[in-house]
Amino acid sequence: MRLLTHNMLSCNIKGVTNGFPLRLEVEKFVEKEVDFSAEFLRNIFPKIEWKALVDAARSMGYAELPDEADSSMLDSDDFLKKFHHALLELHLEEGALICPETGRRFPVNKGIPNMLLHEDEV
Amino acid sequence: MDPKIDVRTESSSMPSSIRTKEGDQWNSKPVSYKMYSKSAQIRLVSSHPEVYEPCDDSFALVDALLADRTNLLEHHPSLCMEVGCGSGYVITSLAIMLGQEVAGVHYIATDINPHAVQVTSETLKAHGVHAEVISTDIASGLERRLSGIVDVMVVNPPYVPTPEDEVGRDGITSAWAGGENGRRVIDRILPIADKLLSDRGWLYMVMLAANNPSQICLAMREKGYASRIIVQRSTEEESLHVVKFWRDSDIQVGAREPTTTSRTTSTTVMESLFSQFPRLAFWRNDNNSY
Ligand SMILES: C[S@@+](CC[C@H](N)C(=O)[O-])C[C@H]1O[C@@H](n2cnc3c(N)ncnc32)[C@H](O)[C@@H]1O
Repeated sequence: MRLLTHNMLSCNIKGVTNGFPLRLEVEKFVEKEVDFSAEFLRNIFPKIEWKALVDAARSMGYAELPDEADSSMLDSDDFLKKFHHALLELHLEEGALICPETGRRFPVNKGIPNMLLHEDEV
Repeated sequence: MDPKIDVRTESSSMPSSIRTKEGDQWNSKPVSYKMYSKSAQIRLVSSHPEVYEPCDDSFALVDALLADRTNLLEHHPSLCMEVGCGSGYVITSLAIMLGQEVAGVHYIATDINPHAVQVTSETLKAHGVHAEVISTDIASGLERRLSGIVDVMVVNPPYVPTPEDEVGRDGITSAWAGGENGRRVIDRILPIADKLLSDRGWLYMVMLAANNPSQICLAMREKGYASRIIVQRSTEEESLHVVKFWRDSDIQVGAREPTTTSRTTSTTVMESLFSQFPRLAFWRNDNNSY
């Protein structure tokens, strides 16, 4: 699971209002090289919750992202490279996503998050 | 065009297909098939006893995407999503047919069946392409943050009319069981698709004649979508349609027709849908579809 996906996931349990961002519990992560596309990064940047990305990257030991970011930074190659790496190349392979409100644990196995709810959560 | 030039163009695209870097295992596998194929290879599609195998409906959907491929390439989507990915045949095909020419497309696939997401992930790997795979009910957990940013959504839903209690059962039944008129899951997916699709979003959905496609198109029309049948195919058991929906600014959202004229509207939509059939063979020349 890429951190882009993490950035798009919230806790889906009925009644939860503060289900984002899910905290990462990292058992195993991998880095996979992905073709660079500045255009994709520029398109997706406005949709990214920056702080969630920064924290998620840090939980995988990657601390190169600036605490704050705005669209003027998209002109910098250096910034784009780091953004690219954090967003697309760091994958959570084994671990879990934890709801910030309820503590509910959504397991991630073989890189696939399981967001399926139990009957009493829907 | 000189055919020799064609051949050279083909081979010069080789390095880019071999440059697949998702996972090291690909370095040792032959990937040349990607040059010849614009869809997933059946022999490389993974399987599991409880996961829906590529079937006529899957092929119809991939054929529809291939038929619309020129438009898709021009459309240049950033985010593509499949709901109910099953074996992964469709999302893998989409990634292959767009991936080599459009840089920076991101793919997401969901399925409610945990075996299916696993199989999809294997199928993607076997073809050296990537999609983010998530085990969830339709797009649960993604709806809030993914709202308004999906450019292309593809769905081959469970559409077979069945008793209501077969819908959503564990295992393979949930791959096809669609409840009354086969609409139970379709009718849950449509509003979610509307929420997730971007302003320029396109939805491709498989449906049966038994699902009442013209009524589905009318319901989508009320949400501001135009529609068009891309593929229509009758097999021994079923009459399959792949319908494409896109937002049309000329259609007023929520403009319900007065009840007295609704039959007329329905007929008009039907006619507009069915008048498309003769055009199907000439889809390449059809530039006013969006
Ligand atoms: C007809 S199969 C299509 C599989 C594959 N896309 C294909 O075309 O071969 C329908 C798929 O939708 C999945 N499905 C059924 N209900 C679902 C739901 N509520 N959310 C997500 N996936 C669902 C099933 O598990 C199954 O894999």
